[in-house]
Amino acid sequence: MPGKLKAKIVAGRHLPVMDRASDLTDAFVEVKFGNTTFKTDVFPKSLNPQWNSEWFKFEVDDEDLQDEPLQITVLDHDTYSANDAIGKVYIDIDPLLSCEAATVISGWFPIYDTIHGIRGEINVLVKVDLFNDLNRFRQSSCGVKFFCTTSIPRCYRVALVHGFVEELVVNEDPEYQWIDRIRTPRASNEARQRLISLMSGELQRKIGLKVLEMGGNAVVGYLQCFDLEGESGLVVRAIGTACTLDKLTSLHTIPTLTDGCVCSPGRPVFSEDPPHPLSGPPTPLRTLPSSSPPPFSPSKPCSRQSSSSDTDLSLTPRIGKTSPPSSPSPPLSAPFLIPSQKLTEFPIFTLTCFPPGFLVHVGGVVSTRSVKLLDRIHNPDEPETRDAWWEEIRQEIKSHAKALGCHAVVGYSESTSICEEVCILSASGTAAMLNPRFMREGCLDTGGSDHRFEDASPPSCGFVHIPYDEFNMPFPAQLTYCYHCRRQKVPDVLFTTIDLPAEAEVTGKGCLIQARLCRTKKKAQGEVNATSISNLLPFMEYELHTQLMNKLKLRSMNALFGLRIQISVGENMLLGLASATGVYLSALPAPGGIQIAGKTPSDLSYDQHISTMQKRIDDTIAKNKELYNIHPPECIEEVVGSPIPDRQRSSRLFRSTSESSDELSELDLSHGKKDAFVLEIDDTDAVEDIQSLLTDAPIPAGFYSCNTEVMPGIYNWTSGLQMFTSVRVYRLSNANLTNQGLNKIFTDLCENLLKSLYFKLRSMIPCCLCHLNFTVAVPEEELIQVRGHTYLSTPLQSWSGENEEQLQFSMELCGESTISNNQPTAKPSVSSSERCSPLPEGRSRSLRSTRSLPCGAPVTVVKMTPLSFLPGTRIVKYLGIINMFFIRETTSLREEGGVSGFLHSFIAEVFAMVRAHVAALGGNALVSYSMKECVFMENPNKNQAQCLINVSGDAVIFIRESDQEAIPPLLSSRQTSSTGADGTT
Amino acid sequence: MSVELDVFVVNTTIMDEEVYQLWLDGYTVNDAVKVRMEGGVLEGCDASAEVLHSDTMDQYRTFQMCERLLHSPVKLANQLLFQIPPHRQTMLIERYYAFDSVFVREVLGKKLSKGTKKDLDDVSAKTGVTLKSCRRQFDNFKRVFKVVEELKGPLVENIRKHFLLSDNLARDYAAIVFFANNRFETGKKKLHYLTFQDFAFCAGQLINNWTVGALGESLRSAFVFSDNMVEDMDVDLEKEFLQDLKELKILITDRDLLDQHKSLVCTALRGKTKAFNEMEANFKNLSRGLVNIAAKLTNTKDVRDFFIDLVEKFIEPCRSDKWTAGDMRLYLTHYTNSAHVLDTFKHQVVWDRYMGVIKSCILKMYHD
Repeated sequence: MPGKLKAKIVAGRHLPVMDRASDLTDAFVEVKFGNTTFKTDVFPKSLNPQWNSEWFKFEVDDEDLQDEPLQITVLDHDTYSANDAIGKVYIDIDPLLSCEAATVISGWFPIYDTIHGIRGEINVLVKVDLFNDLNRFRQSSCGVKFFCTTSIPRCYRVALVHGFVEELVVNEDPEYQWIDRIRTPRASNEARQRLISLMSGELQRKIGLKVLEMGGNAVVGYLQCFDLEGESGLVVRAIGTACTLDKLTSLHTIPTLTDGCVCSPGRPVFSEDPPHPLSGPPTPLRTLPSSSPPPFSPSKPCSRQSSSSDTDLSLTPRIGKTSPPSSPSPPLSAPFLIPSQKLTEFPIFTLTCFPPGFLVHVGGVVSTRSVKLLDRIHNPDEPETRDAWWEEIRQEIKSHAKALGCHAVVGYSESTSICEEVCILSASGTAAMLNPRFMREGCLDTGGSDHRFEDASPPSCGFVHIPYDEFNMPFPAQLTYCYHCRRQKVPDVLFTTIDLPAEAEVTGKGCLIQARLCRTKKKAQGEVNATSISNLLPFMEYELHTQLMNKLKLRSMNALFGLRIQISVGENMLLGLASATGVYLSALPAPGGIQIAGKTPSDLSYDQHISTMQKRIDDTIAKNKELYNIHPPECIEEVVGSPIPDRQRSSRLFRSTSESSDELSELDLSHGKKDAFVLEIDDTDAVEDIQSLLTDAPIPAGFYSCNTEVMPGIYNWTSGLQMFTSVRVYRLSNANLTNQGLNKIFTDLCENLLKSLYFKLRSMIPCCLCHLNFTVAVPEEELIQVRGHTYLSTPLQSWSGENEEQLQFSMELCGESTISNNQPTAKPSVSSSERCSPLPEGRSRSLRSTRSLPCGAPVTVVKMTPLSFLPGTRIVKYLGIINMFFIRETTSLREEGGVSGFLHSFIAEVFAMVRAHVAALGGNALVSYSMKECVFMENPNKNQAQCLINVSGDAVIFIRESDQEAIPPLLSSRQTSSTGADGTT
Repeated sequence: MSVELDVFVVNTTIMDEEVYQLWLDGYTVNDAVKVRMEGGVLEGCDASAEVLHSDTMDQYRTFQMCERLLHSPVKLANQLLFQIPPHRQTMLIERYYAFDSVFVREVLGKKLSKGTKKDLDDVSAKTGVTLKSCRRQFDNFKRVFKVVEELKGPLVENIRKHFLLSDNLARDYAAIVFFANNRFETGKKKLHYLTFQDFAFCAGQLINNWTVGALGESLRSAFVFSDNMVEDMDVDLEKEFLQDLKELKILITDRDLLDQHKSLVCTALRGKTKAFNEMEANFKNLSRGLVNIAAKLTNTKDVRDFFIDLVEKFIEPCRSDKWTAGDMRLYLTHYTNSAHVLDTFKHQVVWDRYMGVIKSCILKMYHD
C-alpha cells in the first residue's frame, strides 16, 4: 500500500432544485476511488449544503493513483425511488504525486452532468500521502513530471535530453459496445469519460516508466491525442521528450552535488559553459556518467562531464543507428547505463523552443503521411498494429532527416484524421543538427557530422547554415554564403516546424501565412478509397507547398516557422490547411520577386492581362515590404554558382543519400534554380493560383499575427490579455462543386474567421494574435468545421527602431547566464524594455483602459493561454498537467439555443472546469493550453447533439514582472533575480 | 454554403457595452446589426455585415447565458461558468437592473401580477419601449419585490445587499417596491406631470418617516446594518401612526384652533410674499385639505389616493393662485411651525412627523 489518498467533502452551492414540491434538494455525495466508495450524510432541504465530512481515506497502490481519477458524485436523496444523480466531478490526482507540483487540491469544482451541463459547485479537499516505493520492478512512475509545454519549462534548466518517448493504449469504445443499446446516454457518456480518463492515466504512467528507465525525471512537449476509430476501438496515444530537468532554485547547490568521480578537480561544472555556446573550442560530446540517480531525486545533479581531457566523442564517426554506442563511451561510463539502441531508435524531439546553442543547424521540414484502413486491423483490441504503423512513420521521418544530412528531428508532432474506416496518419518535424552537449550519449546518431560542431558560427545565423553537403544536395536548392557571417552556405528559403530561435536575427516583422486547399474525391469504400486518398496526398502537399512559397515571396520573406500542415479526410473531399509564420531572416538571401510568364505571347490582350497581373503582384510585394518593415541592407549578390570548396568541407564527402532522394521530392519540388520565382499561367489552375494569391485580405493596420509563440520582430511585450476559441461549421449547399469552387469557399471560410477576429479585437490595436492556429475537419458529408484559437497580446506602442538594440541585449543575457534559464523567446527584451519605461503596466493599460483586465485581479482569476508563458509575467511554479476530456449531449437542442448555443455553453463549461481545476491546485494560469479535440455531432431532426472536447495544458503559478520587486522572498533563492537577468525565465 | 454553427468563446468573458445595451433594449439580432451598422461600427474595418452578425450573435448568446445569473446577482460573483472581472460584473448588473423612466412611470403603483404583465404590450406600444425590454424590467421589479418582501430590516439596504445595486438604483427599487406594495395611484391624468423621480423622492420620505422601520432610523444609523432589533418592514406604513393622524382633525374641527392657526400663519407671512392675499383667503380650505388627507390615511383606499389627493386638495389650488416655489416653502414652513404655538393642540410629535413628509413631498411635486 504505497499511498493513502484522502478526500474531504466540504460544501456545495448553487445546487439545482431536485424536488419540485419544496424547491429544494436533499443532497449527499459519493466519493469513489477504484472499487472503494464512501458516502456523506444527506444534507436535507438545501441548495447550499454544508457536509463538512470526515476525511475519507483510500489505501491504494501508486499504480492506481496514477491511473484512476477520484470520482465524486453528487446525488439527491429520495426516500421512495432511486436517488437522482445531480452530477459528477472527476479529479486527476496525478499532480499530487510529484513532490514538486501541488501538495493539496482544494477548491470549488463545477458539478458536471453530461446531459445537463454544470449544475452547481462542490468544495473538495484532496491530499495524498505517498510512501516511496524503491522496488525496481514497480509499475508506477510517480514523480515524473509532465509538461505540455514544448520548450524547457521556465523554472527549470535542462541537464540532459534523453530523447523520444511514446506510448499507445487501445480499448473498446463504450459507445460501440453492445450494452450501449440498453443503457442511458448519460451512462454511456460517463463510461466513455471515465475510460478515457483511465487510459490517459495509464498512458502517462507507462510513459513515466520509460522516462525513469532512461534516467530522466520529466517529459516535456507531452502531446496526447485520442483517436475515435469507431468500431475498431478507442486509441489514446502520446509522444513526448524525456529530459532530466533541474529546478532552478537548486542551481546554486548543484556543483556540490555533482558526482565527484566525473568532475575534473578544481573545475566547477558551470565554468565550462562558454560565454557563447557555439563559439570557442570544439564542444565535446559529453556522456552521462550516470550513476543512475534515484528517480525520485528532485534535484538531479548536473552530471555532464566537464573533463577537458575527455575523448571527444563527436570526432568519432558513427554511421547508422546500429553502430554500437558503447565503443566510444568513455571509461567513466557508469554501470547502469541503459543500452542506447533503444534511444537511438527515434532521434526525435517534440520540443519547438530550445535553449540557446542547442540547435546547431536546421535542414528543413520533414513530413510523412500514411493512409491506413482501420477495419483491416487483425487484433483491434491490441496496440501492436497501431504501434507498427507509427513506428514505420517515425522511421520514415528519420530517414528523411538523414537525407537532409541531419541526425535529429525537432518540433515533431503526430496527428490523425479519420473518416469511417480510413485513417490518415501524419507526422512532421524539422530535420536538425543538435548540439550533443545536451544529449544523453547514444541519443543522437551523430555519425559523420562531427566537424560541423567546430564551426565557429555566430549564434544568430548558425542554425540556418545547411547541414547537408553542398556537393550532394538532397534536393535542388540555391545556396549562397550566409548574409550574416559570409562564411557558410545557406539555402534561399527555409521551412521549419519549430519556433523562431531567440538568437535568430530577423529583418522587419513576421506574419501569419496560410495555404488552404480543398480537393474533391469520389466516395468509395475500403481499399479503393484508401488508394484514391493516397494518390491525392502528394498533389495536395505539393500544392500547399507552392501556395506557401508564393505567399512567402509575395511578402518578401524567406523563412517559415511553426509550419503545420493538416490534411483532413472527409467522405467526398480532402481538406488541407497549412499555417506558418513567415519571417525575413537576415542571414538568408533576399527572395526574388514573382514573375508571371504566359505560354502564348502572341496574343496582345493576353500579354496585357499578364502585365497587369504582374504589376499587381509587384505592387503587392512593395506594399508588403512597407507593411512588414522589411528593408534588408543592400547586399552584393554573390550567388554561388560554382561551389567554392571549403577548407573544412573538402576534407570529406557526405555520406550516401541514395536512400531517400525520392521521398523528399514532394517537399521541395518548387525550389527553382532561378532567382525570380516564375509562375506560368498556361492553364486555368495557375490563374486561380494567382487570383487566390492576391485575394488574400491584407491584415488590418495595427494587427500582427503569427502562429508561433512569439511574434518575430516585436520584442517588447506587455501583459497578454485574452485567449479566444472559435468554432465554425459550414454546410456546403451544393454537393457538385468543383475543386476551384471548393477552394474558394474554404479560403473564404478561413478568411472570414480571421476577419471576425480582427473585428472583435478592433478596439485593442495595436495588438498581436499569437499562436493563431486553425484546425479543420470534415465531420460529415458537406460539412466543414474550422476551429481556431489564438492568444491576444498587446505590445508597447513604440517598438520601431528598438529591435536591433534589444536583440543585442537579449543575446548578451544569453551569453552571460547558464543555458537553461535562457528561453529562446523575446522575454529578455520584455524585461529590458519594461525596466526602461517607468510605468510599462500603467502605460499600456491607459491606452485601452476600457477593455483590459483589472491589474489587481482576485486570486481566483485563472488565465489560459496556448503560449508556454504569459507575456509580462513570470512563471514561478509548475503544478502539474491538466488533461481533461468531456462529453456533452443534449436531447433538447432547440431549447438550448440550437447548435451554436449548445456548443457555446459547452465550451464555456469546459473552460470553467479547467479553471476550477487549476485554481484548486493553487494555480492562477494554464499555459500551453490546447483543445486537441472537438468532435461535434448533431441530429437536428431528433433535436439531439453530442460533443466531445479534450483540452490540456500546464497549470502554473505566475507573478507579474512588475510585482517581483514587491515579493523578493519568493524569488530570493533564484539566481536570476540576483544577477538581474530576471527577464530570462 | 451556409453557416451551420458559429461560436466564439473567450476565457475571460468580454462584452461590448453597446451590444449589451441593444440586447437589454430588446433589439433582435438583425435589428441590433442594423443599428450597429448605422452607428458606423464597420467603418475602418474590413468586415462585412456577416462578420457583424456573427459577432452580435456571439454576444447575444453570452448575455442569454448570463441572464440566469443576473437574476441573482450574488451568484454572479462566485459562479464559475463565466470569468468576468469585478468591474464588468458591476456594469452588467447595474445595466440589467436599470429601467426606462417612461416604462416605470406606467407600472408604478400597479400590482406586480400576471395581469399587469399581460398588459405590457399596451405599455410597450404606448412608451415605445420594446416588449422584451418591458418584460425584463417588469420581471426585475417583481423579482426584487418578492425577495425583499420576506426580508427584515431596511428596504434599501436589503435591495443593495441582495442585488448588488448602486445606492441610487437601490433607492429607486425601494420606491418601486414601496409603491407596488401600497398600490399608490399614479396613473391619473392629473398626476401625469409627475416624473418617476418625483415619486421616488416622495417614496423615500414616506419610507424614512412613516413606516415602522422609520422609528428605528436613528438607532439604525448608529448600529450600521446590525438591524435585528427592527422587527418590521419598511414597506408598510405604521398603523399606529396612521391612527394617531386622526387626532389632527382637531385643527380643522375646532373653530378657535383653526382661526388661531390662521392668524399665526398670516402674521408670519404678511409682507413676505406677493401671494399673501390668496394665501389668507385660501388658508382654511388648504388646511382642511391637508388635515383631511391625514385623517383618512387609515383607509387603504385613501392611502392609494394619497398623491392624487395632495395634487387636488393642495397643489392645484395653489398653482391656480400662481404661488411660486418660494411661496410654497414659506407657507408650509410657517403652517407647520405655527401649530406648535397653539396651546390646545397636543399632537405636536405626530404633526411634525406628518408635516415633515408632506412638506417635502409637496415641494418636490410643485412644478409644471
